[in-house]
Amino acid sequence: MENFEMILSAAFIYSVIRLTTPIIFATLSAIISSKCGVTNIATEGMMLTTALSSAIISAKTQSVAMALCSAALIGALIGGLFILVTDKLKSNPVITGLSFNTIASGGTVFALWLFTGDKGASTSLNSLKAPQIEIPLLKEIPILGEILSNHNVLTYLAFVCVLLMSILLYKTSLGLRIRAVGENEEAAKSVGIHTTRIKVISLLISGAMSGLGGAFMSMGYLSWFSTNMVAGRGFIGLAAEAMGGGMPGGGLFMSLLFGFADALSNTLQTMVSIPAELIQMIPYLSTIAGLALISWLTRRKIQKRKMSGKYV
Amino acid sequence: MNKDSKFEILRLASAILISIFITFIVIFFVSEEPLRAIEKLMVGPLQSVRTFGNVIELMTPLMFTGTGMLILFSTKAFNLSADGAFHLGGLAAAVVAIKAILPMGIHPLVAILFAGVVGALIALIPLLIKYKTGANEFVVSLMLNYVCVLFASFLVLYFFKDVSQGTFASLPFQKTVSLGTLFPGTRIHAGFLVAILVVILAELILNRTTIGYKIRITGDNGAYAKYAGFNTLKIILISQIIGGFICGIGGGIEVLGMYSRFTWQKSMDFGWDGVIISILAKNRPKYIPIAAFFLAYLRMGAYVMATATDVQNEIIYVAQGIIIILIIGEKFLGKVRENMLYKAAKTKLEEEAV
Repeated sequence: MENFEMILSAAFIYSVIRLTTPIIFATLSAIISSKCGVTNIATEGMMLTTALSSAIISAKTQSVAMALCSAALIGALIGGLFILVTDKLKSNPVITGLSFNTIASGGTVFALWLFTGDKGASTSLNSLKAPQIEIPLLKEIPILGEILSNHNVLTYLAFVCVLLMSILLYKTSLGLRIRAVGENEEAAKSVGIHTTRIKVISLLISGAMSGLGGAFMSMGYLSWFSTNMVAGRGFIGLAAEAMGGGMPGGGLFMSLLFGFADALSNTLQTMVSIPAELIQMIPYLSTIAGLALISWLTRRKIQKRKMSGKYV
Repeated sequence: MNKDSKFEILRLASAILISIFITFIVIFFVSEEPLRAIEKLMVGPLQSVRTFGNVIELMTPLMFTGTGMLILFSTKAFNLSADGAFHLGGLAAAVVAIKAILPMGIHPLVAILFAGVVGALIALIPLLIKYKTGANEFVVSLMLNYVCVLFASFLVLYFFKDVSQGTFASLPFQKTVSLGTLFPGTRIHAGFLVAILVVILAELILNRTTIGYKIRITGDNGAYAKYAGFNTLKIILISQIIGGFICGIGGGIEVLGMYSRFTWQKSMDFGWDGVIISILAKNRPKYIPIAAFFLAYLRMGAYVMATATDVQNEIIYVAQGIIIILIIGEKFLGKVRENMLYKAAKTKLEEEAV
């Protein structure tokens, strides 16, 4: 009973929102790239790279703004490089993504050692944390204030980005073009859309999203970089994108579910009765279960429609 | 040798040279003694029997996951659970090595077979879920890898932990489970021979048996295979069982051959290396030993470099990534290929004219 109360507490819901932040960014990154028809699994590596870069840059410049901008920029550059390689060299995007991730996981350790002489964590750097923001008025409201106020600036930015992504994809001509390229590249080309340019733009945005997600890892989630700290969150973003039907709103909802799984796993670990290793599996197992369930429901829906004679 | 394979070799060589060149540039930037670092990286593994032995030792698990991954991919299923299969295969063998009381010779055999069965079951999960629900096997397999590593740690810590050890370690294995040593002065064990055998068997299965033929057809053109009346689902599942089994015994053999306790708290990443090996080997099992040797040599060179100089071995992962990106790029050196084809056609025309 006590455990149950712990999960329903305001502090717990606060931590759900906090832990959802990197997953939202990863999901948005996956959404815009898959909307333009590119499978981008380099999210994981992009996040890891910018997690390190923002720790280093915030330590060197002592400026949070600088660190965040550079994270978005570096993420975008990797996104651009990714589309350059897959589009110009015609490389398989999945294997290219895996290679990017390999490079990131080795390269970050290499760079970390160059800057700190340590291969585990960047604690010796005097890096900064992105500020937490108290929202006036809202913070006065008893429970709601505790849950929604005093979050990291990146957390608020993540939610704003969901909104912006919706507007971009469904209310602008660029969004229409992105979706057209993703639906049918040849058809889009035939009506004069410069498909390569659209893909590059999408991947730059996708990279920037991952970049901000990575920045949160070392400037919000923790206040330093540690090796392989992204721990599959980029991949979970892919799952959230698929489960949310590629829509920013659906993706946000699914991200919150994963944030919940993450928070649950963190909270349960403080209780000794269940082995920590089993609890740490929760986010990964719930991804598998959730993805399986949603795919099954979608498939059944399509089958039912076919049975009733309505084709989509 | 025909034009195509000549071109493939040229491509492979260029990809490797470009990435090594980039590595050299990085070394020049970061190192106080770049020439010594490069020397260690390139010829370091040859400096003693022990270091060269290390290359062969490292080659063994790479051959297993390379072959396993090749077969997992052979039906175009994007199942990346090789890493999880390898890890839990290792644990399965360790459990038999700790608990079972069996005679010499039989003991390792049972442990390795059990590892294979566990590996096969793991690799089957993503495809079974895909078949039942339609969920993307790729994401499921990635998540499954994390689950496998955590699950192995859980089992070790709660059932097989050696409390006298300060670090993460299982109880010691029994003496009867040893895989021996093939060459004095190294730790090369009988598992190396098993790896060679597995490569040969994989080549035979894929190219000389009906099921291998069906696997290749399903991989080349799933729609055609279905049309020809193949039970493609069954074929895909069989390929996953074989691939997972190979990764599993790879994990088991690595644990029995190189360790006296189970000490893997993190993934050893051999599954990922398997992806690289299978791509380097151009999806032909017979090239797997060469690819595995190449990667193992590069890794060992990087380790020698890291211990002798101020350049860290992780640089090699960057080189590895670049090699793969270039190799899988269909258009990489596309112009050269066009020129080669053009020249060939021209000489042929001239010959015909004469």
